[in-house]
Amino acid sequence: MIANYGYKDGSGEYYISIDTDKCLQCPVEQACTRACPKNMFEIITDDYDDQVAAIKQAHRRTLAYDCTACKPAGGYASLPCASACTAGAIKHSW
Amino acid sequence: MYTAGIDMGARSVKVVFLEELKVEGAPQLKWGVKKTHIMFPEDLDMDVAAEKAYTEALQLAGLAREAVGRVVATGAGRKQVKFAQDNVTEVSAGARGAVFMHPSARTVIDVGAEEGRGIKAAPDGKVVDFAGNEKCAAGAGAFAESMSRALQLSLKDFGEASLRSEKTIPMNAQCTVFAESEVVSLIHANTPKEDIAKAVLDAVASRVCAMARRVGIEEDVVLIGGMVHNPGFVRSLQGALGVDRVLLPDLPEYVGALGAALIAAEIH
Repeated sequence: MIANYGYKDGSGEYYISIDTDKCLQCPVEQACTRACPKNMFEIITDDYDDQVAAIKQAHRRTLAYDCTACKPAGGYASLPCASACTAGAIKHSW
Repeated sequence: MYTAGIDMGARSVKVVFLEELKVEGAPQLKWGVKKTHIMFPEDLDMDVAAEKAYTEALQLAGLAREAVGRVVATGAGRKQVKFAQDNVTEVSAGARGAVFMHPSARTVIDVGAEEGRGIKAAPDGKVVDFAGNEKCAAGAGAFAESMSRALQLSLKDFGEASLRSEKTIPMNAQCTVFAESEVVSLIHANTPKEDIAKAVLDAVASRVCAMARRVGIEEDVVLIGGMVHNPGFVRSLQGALGVDRVLLPDLPEYVGALGAALIAAEIH
């Protein structure tokens, strides 16, 4: 399943997409939870009893602000979460 | 054997029972009894509301509590249902229930009181992809309700009024609060109520459609949730999606509870 966490508002479309099928084959256990400087990722048991990554509820409404530091303007060449996820499950819409 | 699905929504509690029919070689599930319970102010405590709705539904169905093998809760308040053995997200429950009612459905659009979401579903009702708007109520029923109050129309009249308009008035505000101010400006400009109603419902449909586009629109499209009862919104959504038809289930507000009951039957 691809789970899109986020929102669209007047300033743009802010979604983090997690391909949970790729999560299941995660070669580096829970690397996303350790890579995010804001500690936005968590591992949940989804409705199909799979252990998958998700964005914590508290951050889902503030992605535009929470992720800003990791964008190129913050000095990062690539997103820490997407780079840590070697399975390629994490994508940002902006 | 019976299973129950209880959908603790933002505005109401819905309960569905399913009875498993023993058909040799092919177990089937039959619709059970449906019962809704609106949360009145005195029932704002969700624990009390869940218990009351479930007890009333059991009485209506003529079922003893022990006859129900498994209860699965869903909805925004699903974790408040203490007597449920399990809970599932409204995304999974909505997709499961919608595909059960309309097996050809691949895109499920769920617009309830507080949230709208787009779901891409597999033929077995499992979720392939979903997107919701975590931030804003502007793509949900509460927004339409708030705007109908501003126009001093009942929700029913609001939906019907929009059908009398063919005008397209764009609403720029992304936020319910600012949109209300836009509606007030339109009222002061003597814009007919039916045109304003259509503008509001077009705006809700546009936001919901943006979520559906994130997951990809694949026909058939089915709309679930309380907004199915608003014919103006259904027309606006059909136009925004650009599809020939949008399937509308009977008793759309119960689809989430039905999905939870189906999942309960599968777990049991």
